[in-house]
Amino acid sequence: MSAELRTAAGPSAEAPVPEEGRFRSMASMYLTLFKTSIVVGFQYRVANLLYMIGMIAEPVIYLVVWSTIARSQGGSVGGFTPGEFAAYYIVWTLVRQFNIVFTPYGWEWRIREGQLSGQLLKPVHPIHYDIADIAGWKFVVIVLWLPIAAVLTLIFHPTLNPTVLQVAVFAVAIWGAYLIRTMNLWLLGMVTFWTTRVAALFELYFVMELLLSGRLVPLSLMPHWVQVLACFLPFKWTFGFPIEALVADLPAGELLGGLAMQALWIAIGAGLVWIMWRRAVRRYTAVNN
Amino acid sequence: MNAAGPRAVRAKRVEPIRAARLSWLFFRLGVMNEMQYRVNFFIQLLQSLLALGTGLAVLALVFSHTKTLKGWTPNELLAVMGVHLLMGGLIRTTIQPNMTRLIEDVRQGTLDYALTKPEDSQLMVSVRDIRIWQGVDIVVGAAVLGVAIARIQAGVGVWDALGFAVALLLGGVMIYCFWMILTIGAFWVIRMDQIVELFEGVYQAGRWPVTVYPLWLRTALTFLVPIAFAVTVPAEGVTSRLNGGTLLAAFGLAVALFAVTRWFWQFGLRRYSGASA
Repeated sequence: MSAELRTAAGPSAEAPVPEEGRFRSMASMYLTLFKTSIVVGFQYRVANLLYMIGMIAEPVIYLVVWSTIARSQGGSVGGFTPGEFAAYYIVWTLVRQFNIVFTPYGWEWRIREGQLSGQLLKPVHPIHYDIADIAGWKFVVIVLWLPIAAVLTLIFHPTLNPTVLQVAVFAVAIWGAYLIRTMNLWLLGMVTFWTTRVAALFELYFVMELLLSGRLVPLSLMPHWVQVLACFLPFKWTFGFPIEALVADLPAGELLGGLAMQALWIAIGAGLVWIMWRRAVRRYTAVNN
Repeated sequence: MNAAGPRAVRAKRVEPIRAARLSWLFFRLGVMNEMQYRVNFFIQLLQSLLALGTGLAVLALVFSHTKTLKGWTPNELLAVMGVHLLMGGLIRTTIQPNMTRLIEDVRQGTLDYALTKPEDSQLMVSVRDIRIWQGVDIVVGAAVLGVAIARIQAGVGVWDALGFAVALLLGGVMIYCFWMILTIGAFWVIRMDQIVELFEGVYQAGRWPVTVYPLWLRTALTFLVPIAFAVTVPAEGVTSRLNGGTLLAAFGLAVALFAVTRWFWQFGLRRYSGASA
């Protein structure tokens, strides 16, 4: 732990690359990272499948509890029948996978182990590596998800008949959700640059997210004030909105409006990440390796 | 370094007093080790309180839409939540740290260090580690349970309390066996690091009495993953639903599971080839 290296303000060694060449090299970088991540993902099929089975426990519990309540209330609660709950929570399982991004807990490791030092020397912003790497893994997830969804469908008989537009919006919205959450958790994780006592903050964030995103229950079951609060926060656009885009009968305007809201939150998140990253990097000191 | 190999370490009869003394020694060691990191207590406290708040919010939400859930009243479900937190705390202080360490040891070959000790190997790998700060959940769970019992008008008799204690103990043994059997799988499947998440996910099912679930799921949560015995049965104890038959079944299953676990450990150990091999 002797020589400390204070990195100068970020990736300063940027070579001047013409705009279009830069775009092309970025695209090919993304493609390569996709491929690597997919290959790695398929290597550990058993581990990945176990992991996903662990994740379906949560929605199945919600589904069973709320279906029970719906039946005891004469067939529906909060406008949801058991079949609609089934649809909601089965789509939930896929949306949940798209909500998985680089964990904020990983930042401590990145900083302590000097992992960032190498990344800072590269000419692109490190967030691109995270986005591409974990996005590639999503393709593995979709493949592993299909049999799980089939089994759940056979057991719980979901009521699901989406239109073509709904399917299209859903297909875009899950990636929107992924990007919003990537930005949010990058922001959260970067707090680690200032203090290492971050676990409490993270937990607080996750609880808020659980309650306000539609992960726990469809937001229409929440008290009115919670629903109003959720409108002003990004959480529901990463969870409730993609699910409802496919499951609920939202009018076309609301579907496209939802995508616009996602775009807005991505832009806000990206802007904040950009500002915070510049400040964070100035604080970064790591073991010189 | 493991020329003799783990095969040399055969199971002898375990003397209960010796086992208890060894466990106590490791417990003291673990406490001393954990006392170095006192701030973790506050972090754990905050996490426990957040989990409690979330649990209460969920209960409030459920009962804003219905009066009873399959015959369980709000206070009775509060008792279930208390037992769930308490048992979760017990698992995370004692069982889980040992099991994750065992998985890691099998992968890295460092299990040699435990196997070459002149003690029973299963006992060794089961008591080596302890996380005392996770014990906050035990306290929080007990407090929730206390509040719930105070609010259940019927009151809790001596036999109910005794039934609860016995059921809790048996449930703990079954969870240990379940974890151990899964962990022994590491001798065949090397990468098991997701298993904690898998268990945590399934354990959430215990937040609700298993009678809520459809038959197939209830069966799985009773015999495949013994969450019914770990949480619901003790909770039945404090809500005066427990009968002798259930308790006897719990006892029988706990003994059977323990025997299977014992055999499976010896069987799995033969697969282990050590670090330097």
